[in-house]
Amino acid sequence: MSRKTLTIALMDPPYESENLTTAFRILEVAARRGYHINVFAYEGAAGLAFVRQTQHPNPVHGKDVAEENHPTTKDQVAALLAAAEQSGGKVDWVNCGMCVDERGVNEFVPGTRRGSPADFHAFAEASDNVLVIPTK
Amino acid sequence: MPKKTLNIVESAYRAVMEEQDDTILWLLAAMQVAGAEHTVVLRGNAVNYAVAGQGVPGLTVGEWKQTQAPKMDRDVLDLVEKRKIPVYVVAEDLADRGIERGELVPGVQLLGRTALPGLFAEYELVAHW
Repeated sequence: MSRKTLTIALMDPPYESENLTTAFRILEVAARRGYHINVFAYEGAAGLAFVRQTQHPNPVHGKDVAEENHPTTKDQVAALLAAAEQSGGKVDWVNCGMCVDERGVNEFVPGTRRGSPADFHAFAEASDNVLVIPTK
Repeated sequence: MPKKTLNIVESAYRAVMEEQDDTILWLLAAMQVAGAEHTVVLRGNAVNYAVAGQGVPGLTVGEWKQTQAPKMDRDVLDLVEKRKIPVYVVAEDLADRGIERGELVPGVQLLGRTALPGLFAEYELVAHW
């Protein structure tokens, strides 16, 4: 049976909504199943793979950096790429070029790339299904 | 004396997995350390923050695992017990969602909608989050 190809378009910025947690849950299952996954990270979502994200302590929780172990979306993106590869699938993660430029987040997790709306068009044409998770 | 501020928290569970807490409850706790005097009213979907025993497994992506998933009832208790920040819950919003008083963490106070204007009058600042 041929591998399924799934495209997901994301718009929300990291640390601002619950949509991305839902997206990563879906992406994680798809990666474990060995799907070919395309992600078009548009507008705020272009910051998901920004490689300079760092963990921080949480003084309100009374925890240092290690104890708080704060999630970063760059780590989640990197883990997704690794999980897909381990299952025999692949992830083509495209960060919208103009979106990263206007936000100054033009340094990506290795294995992700800069792209454009043309990539999203190509993804949609080549996919078994497309899921858009827009900003509301 | 700091200005007394009433904070009406309505937006609920927004980015709590990524932040491992609610950004507004966190902000109020942090500001209190800086000398602010806050009171909280949970309304709308945010009344669920006061329900005891809630929780969620951490997010997992491949080999990456979240180890400190949020616990909103713990954070409400922290406001009430440790920081002495009064927390009110709008009673009608609880009833609309089928939540009983006995399901809430101790220390939160129920407040009817008609009592809100009177509460507003007691504060110099009112913020709606």
